[in-house]
Amino acid sequence: MLFHVQVEITLKPTVMDAQGSTIERALQKMGHDGVRKVRIGKFITLEIEAQCADRARAAAEEMCRELLANPIIEQFAVQVVEAEKECPA
Amino acid sequence: MKFGVVIFPGSNCDADCHDAILAVTRQEVRYVWHEETGISDIDCIVLPGGFSYGDYLRCGAVARFSPVMREILVHAAGGKCVIGICNGFQVLTEAGLLPGALYRNDHLKFVCKPQYLRVERTDLPFTHFYSARQVVEFPIAHGEGRYFADPDVLQRLEDNQQVVLRYCDAGGHVTPEANPNGSLHNIAGICNEHGNVLGMMPHPERRCDRLVGGTDGKKLFKGLTESLRILEITRRR
Repeated sequence: MLFHVQVEITLKPTVMDAQGSTIERALQKMGHDGVRKVRIGKFITLEIEAQCADRARAAAEEMCRELLANPIIEQFAVQVVEAEKECPA
Repeated sequence: MKFGVVIFPGSNCDADCHDAILAVTRQEVRYVWHEETGISDIDCIVLPGGFSYGDYLRCGAVARFSPVMREILVHAAGGKCVIGICNGFQVLTEAGLLPGALYRNDHLKFVCKPQYLRVERTDLPFTHFYSARQVVEFPIAHGEGRYFADPDVLQRLEDNQQVVLRYCDAGGHVTPEANPNGSLHNIAGICNEHGNVLGMMPHPERRCDRLVGGTDGKKLFKGLTESLRILEITRRR
């Protein structure tokens, strides 16, 4: 089965995000006084051929650990968008 | 003795490294295409600056998967020398040969200027021609050179004296003002625990000729050649 997967990668909370801070200040200058904690990240979409949603997710998470994210500075979140069937028991 | 300068798609300091090392050391220097897997003839591998694989995803992230990198892991594990300069440093951290990571400069700008550095360690093959805490000037040219590591990793680096170069002012003072990119502990260059793998953001190869601004970089390559020569003599005995 083909699964649509979305991967979101952001800097870890302990890593200073200079882009986020700059944009936060810009938004505040525009009058958006309530804006806080702007963080910038990457959004990757992919299709994964797998037996079930759990396996597609596991594959995507492995890809994140190996290449898509750098665990020293980044964290990731994987979402399997089209999960039609349960994993066979 | 032989130097090998790796070329990834997108490397752009390979010729500078090649020519500077050749002129300074008068040793054999050859290019190593990133798909090459026979590098056992080489004593010191140099990963040059540039934008390998267009800096796609993260700087150095894709270069790590080039066939030559597997050979470089073996080369380094055998105690042979590796230098990563600028993008080469980024590749070494991505490949796990050096701890930590390099990411976007704190001011978000690409910074290209001469920079003072303090040599923190002079017992390495790369630095033994410099005097202790000597201030040198190499250019820096990067947008993502901000060194980061978790507090425990950073502590281990300091405890093991793995910080080789720090950003400083002309007087050798390591201050926040002298830090060009927000690197933790003003780190400009580090080595691995064994001291045979060096990564640095500044460009020593661009300071090997008075015509291009200075010669502070010569001692790095000359010292390295001397170390490798002694190592070779010892190995033959």
